[in-house]
Amino acid sequence: MSHHIVEVIDLEYSYPDGTPALGGVSFTVTHGESVALVGSNGAGKSTLLLHLAGCLVPQSGEVRIGHLPLTKKTIPQVRRNIGMVFQDPDDQLFMPLVYDDVAFAPLNLGFPPEEVEQRVVNALNTVGATHLRNRPPYRLSGGEKRRVAIATVLSMSPSVLFMDEPTSNLDPRARRELIGLLKRFEHTRIIATHDLDMALDVCTRTIILKNGSVIADGPTVDILGNEKLLHTGGLEKPLRLQGCPVCNNN
Amino acid sequence: MSTISSSLFDVNHLDALSNQTTCIHRLDPRVKLLATVVFIVSIMSLDRYQISALMPFAIYPIFLIALGNLPFKYLLRKVLLAAPFAFLIGIWNPFLDSNVSFHIGPVGISGGWLSFASIMIRFALTVFTVLALIATTGFNAVCMALERLGVPRGFVVQLLFLYRYIFVLTEEAGRMARARSLRSFDGKGMGIRVFGSMIGNLLLRTLDRAQRIHIAMLSRGFDGEIRLAYPLKVNRRDILFLSGWTALFILLRLFNLPYLLGDMFSGLAK
Amino acid sequence: MHMADALISPAVGGAMLAATAGMVLHGAKKLKEDMDDRVVPLMGVLGAFIFAAQMINFTIPATGSSGHIGGGMILAVLLGSNAAFLVMASVLTIQTLFFADGGLLALGCNIINLAFFSCFMAYPLIYKKIAGKDPNRNRILIGSIAASIASLQMGAFGVVLETWLSGVSEIPFTSFLLLMQPIHLAIGIVEGLVTAAVVTFVWKARPEILELTGSSASIRSTSMKKVLVGFAVFAAVIGGTLSWFASANPDGLEWSIYRAAGKEELKAPETRLHALFAKIQEKAAFLPGYSFKGNDSVKSDGKEVRVESGKDEAWGSVNAGTSLSGLIGGATTLLLAFFIGWFLRKLQNRS
Ligand SMILES: Nc1ncnc2c1ncn2[C@@H]1O[C@H](COP(=O)(O)OP(=O)(O)O)[C@@H](O)[C@H]1O
Ligand SMILES: [Mg+2]
Repeated sequence: MSHHIVEVIDLEYSYPDGTPALGGVSFTVTHGESVALVGSNGAGKSTLLLHLAGCLVPQSGEVRIGHLPLTKKTIPQVRRNIGMVFQDPDDQLFMPLVYDDVAFAPLNLGFPPEEVEQRVVNALNTVGATHLRNRPPYRLSGGEKRRVAIATVLSMSPSVLFMDEPTSNLDPRARRELIGLLKRFEHTRIIATHDLDMALDVCTRTIILKNGSVIADGPTVDILGNEKLLHTGGLEKPLRLQGCPVCNNN
Repeated sequence: MSTISSSLFDVNHLDALSNQTTCIHRLDPRVKLLATVVFIVSIMSLDRYQISALMPFAIYPIFLIALGNLPFKYLLRKVLLAAPFAFLIGIWNPFLDSNVSFHIGPVGISGGWLSFASIMIRFALTVFTVLALIATTGFNAVCMALERLGVPRGFVVQLLFLYRYIFVLTEEAGRMARARSLRSFDGKGMGIRVFGSMIGNLLLRTLDRAQRIHIAMLSRGFDGEIRLAYPLKVNRRDILFLSGWTALFILLRLFNLPYLLGDMFSGLAK
Repeated sequence: MHMADALISPAVGGAMLAATAGMVLHGAKKLKEDMDDRVVPLMGVLGAFIFAAQMINFTIPATGSSGHIGGGMILAVLLGSNAAFLVMASVLTIQTLFFADGGLLALGCNIINLAFFSCFMAYPLIYKKIAGKDPNRNRILIGSIAASIASLQMGAFGVVLETWLSGVSEIPFTSFLLLMQPIHLAIGIVEGLVTAAVVTFVWKARPEILELTGSSASIRSTSMKKVLVGFAVFAAVIGGTLSWFASANPDGLEWSIYRAAGKEELKAPETRLHALFAKIQEKAAFLPGYSFKGNDSVKSDGKEVRVESGKDEAWGSVNAGTSLSGLIGGATTLLLAFFIGWFLRKLQNRS
C-alpha cells in the first residue's frame, strides 16, 4: 500500500451550469496526517471534498485514495474506506432514530447483527453520545447532531475522515467540545473550515484554497502566522495569534 | 406565521407524548393499530341513527388516554379543530329528515337530529382514538407496524423520510413566511406571485437538499435498499390487549349494552 | 375536504382502502424496478415540502381571504405520476394521524380524492398534453389551471359519491353535487394559478429540473396504457361497490326519494347494511339465533313506539337504540366509562 493515503493530481472541475469550482488542484496527504483545508466562501473546499469522497467524478486530473484511483468503477470500493461528514447534519441524519443512522452504513456493508450493534455502540461511545441512541435526530441540539453525524461514519471504521465545516453553527461550548473530540482522533483527516482557531488546534498541516487553486500548503503554525498569505486567501489571522485589542500587546 | 408554528407544535407535542413509557406505550405497535382498526370498523358499521350503542365504545379512547397519560384537554381541542367538515356535512340531516322518531316527554326528536348527533359522536370517538394511537405509539413505531403488516417497504420508507424532514422543512417554511409577513403591509406582498416565488425558492432548496442527502446516503453504502432493524416482539400482554378489546368491540357491536342496561333500570323502576 | 371516518360506511371505506392499497403496492413495486435510488430521499423531502408549503397562506385574488395549496399537481410535474402519487398518499397519511384530517378508514377515500385524480388523471391526461413538451409561460399557466380544475372537480365528485354511497349523510346526491362542484371550480382555478406560479419559477430558475423530471427514464410518469388500466381498475372497484349495494338492497340507492313517505321508510337506508350483515351472518352462521333475549323485556317496557322486527333488532334499529331507556343506558355507560378512565388515571399516577 502506498504511503500516500490521499493523492490529488491536477484536479479540475466545473459545475454543470458552467461555474468553475476547481482549477488544477494537487496535493498529497500521508497516513495519519491531519490537514486543514481553508479558504473563503466559494473557494472550492466543499467541491474538493465531494471529489475526495467519490461523490463527484473528476473532469480532468486524478484522485487516488489508498492506491486506488477514483473512477466510476472503483467508487463503491473506495467509499468503504472513507468517512465523509457533511456540513449540514440534517442532510446526514435522515433515519428515524440516532441508532438507525449510526447503523445505516454497517447494515449496508452487510455486517451480521451483533457486529452492527457493536459498531454502533463503539461509535456512539467515541463521540460521547451513547445516551442519544434512541432519540430521533430532529430532537437533538446542534452540537449533538454534529457528534452523531460523526458517529455515523465512525461506525464504518473508515481509514480516512473528511469533514466539511464541522464547527459551523455551533455555540462556543459545543465547538470547544467538538475540538476536544477531533483532537483525540487518530484517523487521517482532512477538515474543510474557515474556523482557523480550530485548524490551529486540530490540524498539523494547512492548505489554503483560493478560487479553486492551492495558494499555500505547509505546517499550520507557519501558514496561520503569515498574515499576508492569509489576506491573499481572503482569510484573517486566528484570534489567538492576533494582538490583544485591550492590552495592545502582541 | 401562527399556523405553521402551531402545526409544528402539534406534531412536536404528539411526538413528545409518544416518548413516554406507560404500559400503553410499551405495547407492540401492531396490536394497538389493529385494535384501533377493529374499533373504527365496529363504530362505522352501526346504523346511522344509533346513539346509545355508541356510548360504551368511549371506553377505548378513555382507556388509552387514561393509562397512556395523555392530556385530555389538548386532544379535545384538536378534535374540535378538525370537526368543521363532518359538522358541515352532518348538519343537513336535521333539515332533510324531520320524521319524528321518538319523544322525550312532549318533545319529538327527529331522525335527522339523531343521525346528526350520531355522526358527531362517531367523529369524536374515531378522532380521539386515532390521536391517542399516535400519541401512545409514535409515528416511527406505527410505520414499523405497517411494514410488518405488509405495507410495501418503499411506502414505509417514504413515510419515515417525510416525517423526518417535516421538522426541517416546516421550520424553513416558517422562517420564510415570517420574513415575508414582516415586510408585507396592507395585504400587499401576500399574493400569489410572491407566494409562487417563495414556494419556488423553498422548492429549489428542497431539491438541493434531496441531492445532498442522496450523496450522504451513497457515501455510507446506500444501494437502493433501506435496511430497518427493528425487533418487534409480541408478548402475552399484547395478545391479551388485542384479543380483549376485539372481543369487547364485537360484543358491543352485536348487543346494545346501554339499551339492555336502560331496560333493566326501567324494569327495576316499575 | 378530507373525508372523515364518521361520514362513510365500512364498505365504502374498505373498498377505497383496498383500491389505494393496490395502487400503493403497484407504485412501490414500480419505483423499485426503476432502480433510481435518487428518488428515495427526493420523494421524502418533497413530501415534507408539500406538507410545509400547505401551511403557508397566500391572499386569494379578488376575495381578500387567504388560502393554501394542495400541491398534488406540483408534485406530479416534478416527479411524474407514480412517485407523486406515493408522496401525496404519504402526506395524507400523516395528516390523518397528526391533524385528524380524515380518518384511518377514510384514508382510502382521501387518497383517491386528493391524490389519485391529480396524479393519475389530470396530470398525464391534461397537464402533460398541454405543457409536457417544451413548456413556456402560457402553456404552464393553461396546463396548470386546466389540470387543477379537473383534478379538483373529480376530487369533489369523489367526495359526493362516497358520501352518497355511504348513506350516513342525508344530503341528496344532486344537491350535494351542485354545492360541491362550483366551490371546487373556484378552488381549482386558484390552485391552478399557484401551481403555475411555482412551476414557472422553477422553470425559469432551473429549467433542467423540469426537463430532467419530465423526461428522465427513471422518474418518468407511467405510460398512458397503465393510467387507463389504473382507471379501469378504479372504475371496476366503484362499479363493484355500487352493484354490491344494489344487490344487497335493490332500492337502497333511491332511499332518499322513498324516505319522505313515512315512518316505515325511516328504516330503509340502513336495510342496506342490515341486509349486508344479514347475508354475512347467514353465510357464516355467526352467533346463531342472535335475536337477543332482551326482546321480551323490551316488549314489556312498552313505553315507546317501537318496531320489533326480529333480525333488525339485534343490529340496533332506529327505535330500539334510541328509545328513552336506550338513552338512559347510554348516558350511564358513558359516565361509567369516564369513571373508569378517571380511576385508571389515578392508578397510573400512583404507580
Ligand atoms: N451545485 C452547484 N452548482 C453550481 N455551482 C456551484 C454548485 N455548488 C457550488 N458551486 C460553485 O462552486 C464554487 C465553489 O463552491 P464550494 O465548493 O461550495 O465552496 P466552499 O465550500 O469553499 O465555500 C462556488 O463558486 C460556488 O458558487
Ligand atoms: Mg462549503
